[in-house]
Amino acid sequence: MSADLTELYQQVILDHNRRPRNRGRLPTANRVAHGDNPSCGDQCDVYLQLDGDRIKDISFDGSGCAISQASASLMTTQLKGKTAAEAEALYRKFHEIVTTGKAPEEISDLAAFAGVHTFPARIKCATLGWHAALNALKGDAAPATTESHTD
Amino acid sequence: MPAWPDVRADFPILHQQVNGKPLVYLDSAATAQKPRAVIDALVRYYERDNSNVHRGLHALSMRATDAYEGARARVAKFIHAADPAEVIFTRGTTESINVVAHSWGRAHLKPGDVVLATEMEHHSNLVPWQQAAKASGATLRYVPVLGVNAEGGLDLAALDRLLTPQVKLFAFTHISNTLGTVNPAAELCRRARAVGAVTVIDAAQSIGHAPLDVQAIGCDFLAFSGHKMCGPTGIGVLYGRRALLDKLAPDETGGGMVVSVDYEGATWKPAPERLEAGTPDIAGAIGLGVACDYLDALDRAAIRRHDGDLARLAYDQLSKLPGIRLLGPAGVRGGLVSFAFPDVHAHDVVTFADEDGIALRGGHHCNQPLMRKLGLTSTTRASFYVYNQPGEIDALVASLQRTLKFFRG
Repeated sequence: MSADLTELYQQVILDHNRRPRNRGRLPTANRVAHGDNPSCGDQCDVYLQLDGDRIKDISFDGSGCAISQASASLMTTQLKGKTAAEAEALYRKFHEIVTTGKAPEEISDLAAFAGVHTFPARIKCATLGWHAALNALKGDAAPATTESHTD
Repeated sequence: MPAWPDVRADFPILHQQVNGKPLVYLDSAATAQKPRAVIDALVRYYERDNSNVHRGLHALSMRATDAYEGARARVAKFIHAADPAEVIFTRGTTESINVVAHSWGRAHLKPGDVVLATEMEHHSNLVPWQQAAKASGATLRYVPVLGVNAEGGLDLAALDRLLTPQVKLFAFTHISNTLGTVNPAAELCRRARAVGAVTVIDAAQSIGHAPLDVQAIGCDFLAFSGHKMCGPTGIGVLYGRRALLDKLAPDETGGGMVVSVDYEGATWKPAPERLEAGTPDIAGAIGLGVACDYLDALDRAAIRRHDGDLARLAYDQLSKLPGIRLLGPAGVRGGLVSFAFPDVHAHDVVTFADEDGIALRGGHHCNQPLMRKLGLTSTTRASFYVYNQPGEIDALVASLQRTLKFFRG
């Protein structure tokens, strides 16, 4: 296996793919958003229990590649307890990691996704769950999608 | 497997390394590679004959027109059309089907009518009919696909129930791009004709892979793309029976398709010109004609055997992989296999195969409703063509074994 592929499929990603955290419908959720990746059919629902502006609890459900599932799983562990503004700031850092491969020092687990940047086609896999989470935070009714929708 | 000439030397693109490994191209159902003869024809046209068609009196224009119309006649012969005028050049299968959905649909569909399709249609032979049904008030119905892995093909008993006199049009695929199922096109057309329904065949996956005779099949319309049969991208064909084409109102209007224009209106030429507004893809049509020559020289009956043999070999080899779910028929099939693992996603499979220089396709294959019916969101597809060899299936199996080992530990 090449270094690029080893970098893409790091242990932490494989672990989250095999044993996803916070997976399944959240009974206490008061927000939910659906994410779609129309080019490959990946789907992700993100459930939020918001307490004011703060994410008290979070879960995800869906189907997709190891990158998309592990990313959504890891995201839920990172967003629990965060405010909406903190969540958005974290997404911006995550987005930078997957597009540039450079991780700020204070970011630990999310840095596992740095290898995605050498596989541009997979960036939307890594960000699918995040798009759904941000939409759920905004209370958007429209499903999150990695591409523009046309009817 | 019977002997098959190694034609790899005809395809310049195949002689390269991808990720340090020799390229194994198993994505011909998405687009086929181009033989040197087709590439040379495009270069020759642009270097020697390039000119607009049907309008000029100078030497180059006459040469371009002869080559373009020669390509039309060549394609007509390739599909055994009764008349070259029954061959309309389009951008591809999608545009061909849209022309029928718009032009024929607008003129003939009304509330109470039924458009019949099948559950295995590619989006290109499904969404245009949804739109035509919505616009006209007609109802769209589907012939079911049988079996948990769609191994049973179309439900022909249900077809008899569904083919009522209300059915005005029946659209179906010749070979499924996801399942590899070969539909009995002539039989389906015969049954549709019995209730007076017009037939539209999506031949994108069959055109370059088997002998095809539109008169023997008895279809009214048939659509295909040049790029899936060794031709260039951007050129495709709508075949239509002359009687239907001449009554088809043009979907696009403009230059080249009119007899006479004044400030108040215009009159249309007969087919094929009435359905080819504007400057066509001249080079593409010429390249497509050369692709017809290339495939006929190989003999399309032999190509069908070769592709089918590779697909069955792949099906047998892949069925030994633990946990694999193979879609479509176990027996006779077109040149592709589609499969899924419960624990390893198609996109991960494709990424790992790419690492080994193997080009596969992973996703829903523009077949979302069928995927949903089968309880899947995606599959991995390997598809075969004239340049593929049995050894490439060994490479595929070895790559998949490595991938499964990595994810399963």
